[in-house]
Amino acid sequence: MVAVTATQEAVAIGWQGVAISLLLVVLAVVVSWRRQLALERPLVEATLRSLAQLVAVGYGLRVLFDPDLSVLWSVGWVVFMVLFAAWTIDRRAGRVDGLVPLATLATGLAALVTLGTVFGLGIFPFEARYLVPLAGMMIGNPMKSGVLSVRRTVDELAEQRPAVEARVALGQPWQEAARPFLRRALRDALTPQVETTRAVGLVFLPGAMTGLILAGVDPLDAVLVQAAIMFLILGGVAVTSLVLVTGTARRLFTDDDRLVALARTGG
Amino acid sequence: MTAGSDLFTFEGVEVVTPDGTTILRDVDLAIPADRTTVVVGPSGAGKSTLLRLCNRLEVPTSGTVRFRGAPLDDLDPRAHRRRVGMVFQRPTTFPGSVGDNLLVADPTADHDRQHDVLSAVGLDGGLHDREADALSGGEAQRLCIARALLTGPEVLLLDEPTSALDEEARDEVEALGDRLRERGVTLVWITHDQAQAARQGDHVVAMAQGRVVFSGPVDEARTAGVLRGGEGS
Repeated sequence: MVAVTATQEAVAIGWQGVAISLLLVVLAVVVSWRRQLALERPLVEATLRSLAQLVAVGYGLRVLFDPDLSVLWSVGWVVFMVLFAAWTIDRRAGRVDGLVPLATLATGLAALVTLGTVFGLGIFPFEARYLVPLAGMMIGNPMKSGVLSVRRTVDELAEQRPAVEARVALGQPWQEAARPFLRRALRDALTPQVETTRAVGLVFLPGAMTGLILAGVDPLDAVLVQAAIMFLILGGVAVTSLVLVTGTARRLFTDDDRLVALARTGG
Repeated sequence: MTAGSDLFTFEGVEVVTPDGTTILRDVDLAIPADRTTVVVGPSGAGKSTLLRLCNRLEVPTSGTVRFRGAPLDDLDPRAHRRRVGMVFQRPTTFPGSVGDNLLVADPTADHDRQHDVLSAVGLDGGLHDREADALSGGEAQRLCIARALLTGPEVLLLDEPTSALDEEARDEVEALGDRLRERGVTLVWITHDQAQAARQGDHVVAMAQGRVVFSGPVDEARTAGVLRGGEGS
């Protein structure tokens, strides 16, 4: 169990602090106006929208974190996150039939494996305060790699159709005919997360650690929390990518091993 | 002639793509066994689709394709593809050596068998360890034919196998066609080249705009004006 202690004063910047940080948005709006970038409206809209979303989430989390409220409400919230992530993968990854159930399985499995490990082994206590933010990371990161997994699988098979069909024409089942190309798609889907893991600390300080340090936690404690989270994310990303690459390929071949008509995703 | 004595029969075959384009329409056709059939016609006539139906890389939107009288739907697709080899227009070699390529077709093929099949297509056995992507166009196409032969096919479907090759390589592949016939492999050969069709074919199928416009012996094809020139050359 990680000992996380923070002083309340260090965390609360209050509405005043937020208002001051908004001054910088005003600066950006002025730059846009002077340079005729036509970004004033999008800037203001994005700022207001993000503020509204975050405040809503803040109030929502305050309700969820109420010690009197059952942790099952948070579990429900996690299920909603999984469904939302699956819908996002389907929307952003291009046209593959039956992708929503597959993406639900992939992100759900990633959440189950990672959160199961975290709470099953008692790395964090099974409380809403830990479950909801951790689930966000354990579902959000696999969601990004999930989009990439589907796109790379479709693109790889579309580009390599002659080689795939040459193998199928020799009587190979689709699994064998597609294997070299699925390997490449999987590698491409995993690489960004591996690179992030490699560069962590040197180039950027990841979110959880930054948040903990800002909240006044001892940096070494923050590092341990972050390390545990990073390894779990890596596992979750691997699970999601594997399920989505294999499952997408399955949907792109017919029962008699024919590769269906494909358009490149352009992504 | 009964359906059983024909190699492939097409009955009312139509192929429509998902976007609604008709590639083949009302195709009724018999491709005879034990003779070389050449399929001729302009680009976009549906020749490749006709050939891909034979190997079940495509299935008809409606109608039936039969192999030696049996509907392809009733045959195991993987076993069928090994009986009916396919060679594509552009030689597609796989990563790795010539030997690795042969093992994709038959993982149990030992060194002797690989040498046999290489010499059958006129490739030096010494090429066995050469990287496949270092082969010339003609060599690569012959490797593709060797690969297809390793599954022990009764039929070889050749989709313009020489159109991406230079003249010398084309002659090599054509000479190989003669050797394959001697081995008892039936050839179905798509070509743009009228002279090649006349040299290689016993039976001619002419296509235009997704339809079969002629099917008959090569002499009749000449009389009908389907084949021009290339008289016995």
